[in-house]
Amino acid sequence: MSIRLTITSEIGQVAVEQKKTIKPLDDNVVLLDLGLDSLCFAILVARLEDKLGLDPFTSAEDVYFPTTLGDFIKFYEDAA
Amino acid sequence: MQPERTLRGLLRSADDLAARTISGSAGRISLRELAAGTSLGGHLPALSGRSVLLAMQDQLTAALALIELDGIASRMILCPPGLPQDHLVAVAAAAEAEMILRDAGTTGSEDLGIPHILTAETRISPGDVPNPFHETEWVLLTSGTTGPPKLVLHSLASLTGAIKPSSRSEPHPIWATFYDIRRYGGLQILLRALLNAGSMVLSGADETPAAHLARLGGCGITHISGTPSHWRRALMSGAAQKIAPRYIRLSGEIVDQAILDNLRATYPQASVGHAYASTEAGVGFDVNDGLEGFPASYLEAPDAEVEMKIEDGSLRIRSQRTASNFIGVGNIDLKGGDGFIDTGDIVERRGDRCYFVGRRGGIVNVGGLKVHPEEVESVINAHPDVRMSLVSARRNPITGAIVVADVVLAGKAEPDVARRDAIKTEILDICRESLAQHKVPVTIRFVPGLEVTAGGKLRRAHA
Repeated sequence: MSIRLTITSEIGQVAVEQKKTIKPLDDNVVLLDLGLDSLCFAILVARLEDKLGLDPFTSAEDVYFPTTLGDFIKFYEDAA
Repeated sequence: MQPERTLRGLLRSADDLAARTISGSAGRISLRELAAGTSLGGHLPALSGRSVLLAMQDQLTAALALIELDGIASRMILCPPGLPQDHLVAVAAAAEAEMILRDAGTTGSEDLGIPHILTAETRISPGDVPNPFHETEWVLLTSGTTGPPKLVLHSLASLTGAIKPSSRSEPHPIWATFYDIRRYGGLQILLRALLNAGSMVLSGADETPAAHLARLGGCGITHISGTPSHWRRALMSGAAQKIAPRYIRLSGEIVDQAILDNLRATYPQASVGHAYASTEAGVGFDVNDGLEGFPASYLEAPDAEVEMKIEDGSLRIRSQRTASNFIGVGNIDLKGGDGFIDTGDIVERRGDRCYFVGRRGGIVNVGGLKVHPEEVESVINAHPDVRMSLVSARRNPITGAIVVADVVLAGKAEPDVARRDAIKTEILDICRESLAQHKVPVTIRFVPGLEVTAGGKLRRAHA
């Protein structure tokens, strides 16, 4: 599965588990506006580390944190 | 205590009140008006010499009340919002509250068994300040092992011990914090603004990070504090550029290099520092060299205002800024015989630098919310197929840590994969039913066994 697909499917999975209604997964949507809270993001990032073996938040040389979903996906793709 | 050493006394003696304000998400109050009047209607005389529980929802109302009650009440108990009703009952009893101050948003205060309930507002009216002065005890809440929060006793002197007079040449700071001011970290910032010629912009409970940052930008904030989790959220909000602070402060959780670097890159004009503080130990120290951890030389300064040592792996602190004790928890003493407080934070020394590596007892800090592993383990262990479990922290770049569980199954036969998955789901279901969201394990791993100490207890890593 591509990084993009893994991320979008995990977002959907976390939203279901945490009973959150989320916006359509458009690249331009700001992550914090998706409908997920901090804990959801924490879970998402942990799952992605397990699935993809990547933790760009800790390892990235590029220090800017992603703000949109598109940034977020690119953040992981660049770290791969 | 001299009257001048009360918050109202300090404000009244300040010569620069005209432009200074406290703002909430719904209003703004001039400090000059507050210094001369009251937000408590005619209630101040009735509150004189009383133990008062501050149970407001709104932070601005609470901020005005605590400024006014310092030197008036014998004790004030600062309740953060969202405290469960049964905890509120326990807090009110343990702190021997005689009066409740609430606002329009407070619910359930009739059920606390305290007959005197007064309502505070954010409107300032002229009012006389009653005599005599009382040396007010400040009571802050901190999360306990299980059940109700612990009550921690401070004074204005201990709370303001770390606040140094600012240089006259510096323009008036406009402080903001992501914390609620009923929490130690937030209260520090409010007091800094009040004591150091500043204004204060409070956070709002229902604001999104983007709306909050936009409001802070509109107020022109210059100094701002929050936990690493608060800051990660701010940086991901898409609205980080709405503010242009001169000083950024982090506290409340372990600060990693990534968040420091990120803040420096995002706010190149700001100095970025992190502080070590806790409700019990007060403000320990500031670190302003841009690096995570703290210089080991801090441990070797016996004449410093704050003395620190590492004993049995954890940081110990002795200073005038620590709380004096707990209230209403039997005979548990906050301080050891030598006056040092065990912070419970495990520190590792590597060369000239010390690093925080976790909490004693395996306590997990999920974005500022403490999780005691035993509480989660007892829920997991209630599943009939579980023999034992170990709950621990896993590092997480968003909330600092998340909760994970290792589970040993009962019975000799190894269940098949389908059954293991079903057990996992069942465990998660019971956890979600009976635990707050942040306490539910994010991952469950089945392990053949868990290490037990010679004393018969589960061996917990410091994480």
